[in-house]
Amino acid sequence: MSDVTNTAVDSTATPGVALMDQQPDDSVPARSPLHHVAQAQTGEVSANARVSIWEEPLKTHLILRGDAAAAGFREGVQAATGLDLPEPLQSQSKGDWSLSWITPDEWLLVGPGDQAFTMESRLREQLEGHYAVVNVGGGQSIVRLSGTEARSVLMKSCPYDVHDRHFPVGKVVTTVLGKTQATLRRLGDNDWEIVVRRSFADYIWRWLLDAASEHGVHTGPLLSAVKGQASHKTDTSTV
Amino acid sequence: MTQSNRLPRGGRIDRSRPLTFKFNGQTYQGFAGDSLASALLANGVDVIGRSFKYSRPRGIIAAGAEEPNAVFQLGATEATQTPNVRATQQELFDGLVSQPTSGWPNLNFDFMGLMGTILGRMLPPGFYYKTFMFPQAAWDTYEKYIRKAAGLGRSPREPDVDIYDHLNQHTDVLIVGAGPAGLAAALSAARSGARVILADEQAEMGGSLLDGGYTLDGQPAAEWLKATLDELARYDNVLLLPRSTVNGYHDHNFLTIHERRTDHIGDRAPANHSRQRLHRVRAKWVVLATGAHERPLVYGNNDLPGCMLASAVSTYINRYAVVPGNRLVLMTTNDNAYRTAFDWQDAGREVVAIVDTRQGAAGAWQEEARRRGIKVLTGHAVIEARGRKRVQGAVVSGLSPDGSQALGSDQVLVCDTLATSGGWSPAVHLSCHTGSRPIWDDEVIGFVPGKTVQKQLAAGAVAGRFGLNECLEEGASLGALAATNAGFTAEPAAVPTAECRPETRPMALFCVPHHKRNSRAPKQFVDFQTDVTAAAIELATREGFESIEHVKRYTAMGFGTDQGKLGNINGMAIAAKSLNQTISETGTTIFRPNYTPVTFGAIAGRHCNDLFDPMRYTAMHEWHVKHGAKFEDVGQWKRPWYYPKPGETMQQALNRECLATRDSVGILDASTLGKIDIQGKDAREFLGRVYTNAWAKLPVGKCRYGLMCREDGMVFDDGVTSCLGENHFLMTTTTGGAAGVLEWLELYHQTEWPELEVYMNTVTDHWATMTIAGPNARKLLSELTDDIDLDRDTFKFMDWRQGTVAGVPARVFRISFTGELSYEINVQAHYGLHVWEKLFEHGAKYDLTPYGTETMHILRAEKGFIIAGQDTDGSVHPYDLGMSWAVKEDKPFSFIGKRGMKREDCVRTDRKQLVGLKTLDPGIVLPEGAQAVDDPNQPKPMKMLGHITSSYYSANLERSIAMGLIRNGHNREGDIVYYPLENGRVVEAEICGTIFLDPKGERQNV
Amino acid sequence: MFYIYCPYCGEHREEEEFHAKGQAHLARPKDPDACSDEEWGNFLYFRPNPRGLYHELWVHAIGCRKFFNIARDTQTYEILETYRIGESPKLSQSTDQQQS
Repeated sequence: MSDVTNTAVDSTATPGVALMDQQPDDSVPARSPLHHVAQAQTGEVSANARVSIWEEPLKTHLILRGDAAAAGFREGVQAATGLDLPEPLQSQSKGDWSLSWITPDEWLLVGPGDQAFTMESRLREQLEGHYAVVNVGGGQSIVRLSGTEARSVLMKSCPYDVHDRHFPVGKVVTTVLGKTQATLRRLGDNDWEIVVRRSFADYIWRWLLDAASEHGVHTGPLLSAVKGQASHKTDTSTV
Repeated sequence: MTQSNRLPRGGRIDRSRPLTFKFNGQTYQGFAGDSLASALLANGVDVIGRSFKYSRPRGIIAAGAEEPNAVFQLGATEATQTPNVRATQQELFDGLVSQPTSGWPNLNFDFMGLMGTILGRMLPPGFYYKTFMFPQAAWDTYEKYIRKAAGLGRSPREPDVDIYDHLNQHTDVLIVGAGPAGLAAALSAARSGARVILADEQAEMGGSLLDGGYTLDGQPAAEWLKATLDELARYDNVLLLPRSTVNGYHDHNFLTIHERRTDHIGDRAPANHSRQRLHRVRAKWVVLATGAHERPLVYGNNDLPGCMLASAVSTYINRYAVVPGNRLVLMTTNDNAYRTAFDWQDAGREVVAIVDTRQGAAGAWQEEARRRGIKVLTGHAVIEARGRKRVQGAVVSGLSPDGSQALGSDQVLVCDTLATSGGWSPAVHLSCHTGSRPIWDDEVIGFVPGKTVQKQLAAGAVAGRFGLNECLEEGASLGALAATNAGFTAEPAAVPTAECRPETRPMALFCVPHHKRNSRAPKQFVDFQTDVTAAAIELATREGFESIEHVKRYTAMGFGTDQGKLGNINGMAIAAKSLNQTISETGTTIFRPNYTPVTFGAIAGRHCNDLFDPMRYTAMHEWHVKHGAKFEDVGQWKRPWYYPKPGETMQQALNRECLATRDSVGILDASTLGKIDIQGKDAREFLGRVYTNAWAKLPVGKCRYGLMCREDGMVFDDGVTSCLGENHFLMTTTTGGAAGVLEWLELYHQTEWPELEVYMNTVTDHWATMTIAGPNARKLLSELTDDIDLDRDTFKFMDWRQGTVAGVPARVFRISFTGELSYEINVQAHYGLHVWEKLFEHGAKYDLTPYGTETMHILRAEKGFIIAGQDTDGSVHPYDLGMSWAVKEDKPFSFIGKRGMKREDCVRTDRKQLVGLKTLDPGIVLPEGAQAVDDPNQPKPMKMLGHITSSYYSANLERSIAMGLIRNGHNREGDIVYYPLENGRVVEAEICGTIFLDPKGERQNV
Repeated sequence: MFYIYCPYCGEHREEEEFHAKGQAHLARPKDPDACSDEEWGNFLYFRPNPRGLYHELWVHAIGCRKFFNIARDTQTYEILETYRIGESPKLSQSTDQQQS
């Protein structure tokens, strides 16, 4: 056991694990992975745009690892999030939270940006047995892709079959995007969520813009999708 | 110029839309709906190129993908140059500019022509190997001129202005070819609701139905065609792809389709619109309805302009309203080709004779010919064409019934066009792509698709069924079968019936015998693009090449951009005969992707320019850009390499960065290091198995460096792992190794030790990591934190603490890759830039200096710290590195690498070992990779001792330093070794320890 | 380009999502230190190269990150079955099992 007094290491919820509130107060500006393209997101939809792309920045992203068959895990997730563990390639959502299947023992929980620590704490209080919770919110972001030609943008980008018959609303798939990877979730007929890794976000953003260029592309949320934006203060100054 | 060969009416061209185009500098006119080839023929252009080896004048032979001669360079500007365009497949547009690719310096006279005449006998098969390859060094010179003269086209010298893209498609049924069989198949499949793609290489779908003449259920075929296409276009589940060549058939029914989206519109694609698109299709079932290529007959001087495929002549007449001559002689082995003579006559031109190679051919077609007053010579053959730049006559001789000998006396028929048909070769190319060998069928007189494991059906002519009714019926039934196999309920579509004249048996004839033996007869061309003659194939077999694959390679038959579509079967038949074998015994070479040439643009798609490869950025990237960093690619990451100030050279910048860090404080963006979060009660045990050192007792709050080896004992990655909690660790890996290490850990966890309770997740991108290093690091950090006790005895070297830095919750690791007092500050990446900038705000008074990867390399080399992948190469174990301190052999579990490094070879004492090296001249920086020798004067090849792995100029030490592998180096400290360099210079260096600076490690412990 | 059924995702995926990891069922010796050099060398380096049925280990690297096994015909490239770690193949042939 530790022979060092280290008061900073917090392991209140789960013995043996370093739980950490990683979010500073609002005086510290946060910069999402696509902060540098945020200026382009005017919110005005050009008449010809059949695709729109925008970032949903600074949300809570928690990875949950555990055994779906173990009641202590499954029920703990339900108790903490109000969501049932989704089956393979499926997702659940309720209010501001969504829970997506990632691998047979891994799920991604996404919610409002200031909730990472509270939710991780709550999960650790509820979960039992062998499990892990990892805050990955700094390392990921969400790109939203919308519009009548959104599916054709994905066909240019991903080898996975995104046809309605094969990729119904609610399905979640991690696959190749351009020369990297991303997790796709279908939110509606013409509405997709793309979870990207921070360091690849700029590449994916440019890739999608390029793929959408023939259809007319708008960089910003559709009016119908604006609600539910991050509650975080963002730094709008340029560097 | 007038379109002298254009018929006053007919064809599928739009006479209201005249188009102007250029060929070989001349301006011509054609019509919308023309191919470039049909427009040239309409204008009476005979010679469109010169041949590869003999520089003989060549004309258009075919009307489709199999055309070997009319292969042009297109492009009105330098940036839009496109080589290898088949004029037969290029739709005419206004302003099209084309050039012959052969015939340099000009079409009518050139030095290769002279060479061909003078040296013709000196250019036997294998002439490259026999002539030009020696001496080897001169090949570069020969090649340049040969390529230019031979006309292989050229790439543009300016960047392509167009864009290209890829589209990933998934379909239940892919139908290749929209001829009668493909259309019928599409109807059946589409009506079942299956997702269907119907692709055809031509602008218009319909295949042979476009070439006129057919009636279906008593109506012109065009009506059924239109109704069918209209119906298909109405279905949401059907994608019609005209101008789209299915070019490759790959494993598990993956096919690539090359769609030319704008090549029919103009020289450049409209803005934001891709010029060409590659569809990457995964099909549940494939119906090949690729049809067949007509086979020309091989005879003397059969390459003269005016010698054409019979079906091509019909296509030009019926589809394009172009008759490519005035007086036709038709030679055929079958009834079907009689149609060409009838078309010719219907176009108002003279048919001199039909020369039928079959003895006593008699039936409905011969009857019709006689009714039309056309002379039919049965049991005869054209043994030779006469003329210089255009056919002027056909030498006709009797033919023995088995086709082996020319008999009797000759007659010369005056003509300007000589059309031939040797029957039809099924277009089996795609079915060959996945390795299936086609099978010779004596009934079909051609190869048909062989056995395959692909989910593939073949309908119509590709399967050897040439009759229109057969094609329609088989298409309908196989389209339904494909949909059914893909899980749909499908019925064969009802198809119309064609009225067809009954055909009698064709004759299997490939090469028409001459009175002289082939080697003495006028050249009988088999492969026009590579100038392979019947005599050349016979010579190859005489020289001992018995395998058809070898004959192909020796003669170059089928090596052109047309892949021998026209000539290969004839070539194989000639080789078989020469080897006294059947064609079946001889076999065939197989076709490989792509079916027709594909532009590099289409292959690259959007993976070019800024999107060529992902560029990974850290949270502080914009700061680096703004501050003038030069970047280095590390994996896909863009890492600051060094930060030159205005006017500084790289070395000056490095010197400044190195000195500033050792004298005051420097800062490095270390965010790219791989970071793996490990949780679970067995995390510690797991670490003990994958690292070479001990982890059982590492307390919470402590960090430890570890080496990772493969099972063979060789180092493959290293890094610091910190104990965050009793069951929680943060592992760091090298930047480039991050993904590979995680996969490696998962491999062992999932396949060897699933019982260990541990979860691993990448958090590389989650944390922004900045390292401040140097004597003033503590002072700087103390200004930004008030909840971390930085006291040297409380927060020791190799400890980590959690607290707040610049207002942001952080984990601070007191670890060092420079040997200096050093802190690695980790914050959630959203706040990385904020903390980084705060450090600079407070660091100004310490001259806080940003340094990049190069300074990091120098500083760590001064301390003798290795970089896995630079100082190791997969052949170096921890003992070779002098790092026995990082191996704990008495751990209870036999960790990965332990057994490996105990192998006989690994315990030799004279292995290459990592040492420090000081050049005797301190100003010389040895090149990395330089090989050491003991005696620079020994004869070559010298006995090499090992190479330099790391080498730099150290401003702190005011001299060069290097690390390298030296055989038995650990026992040779003080010895002098020699590095003979490429420039002839020999550099002397002394073997020393790897730690050049602060050997006791005092600086990092202050 | 293979089309591979991932036994964890329960559907076919493009080859781009996978990494091939070599021969399947290659168990690490329980006690490596007790292996002779020859035994360890065989474990490290020696692999059969059969024409026909072969069992391989793959990982769904860009996907569910799980390792699994494939029975593949090395001549036709047909994938005859895929199955999870710990499961046994339905098809087997002595030639490619000699190491395990």
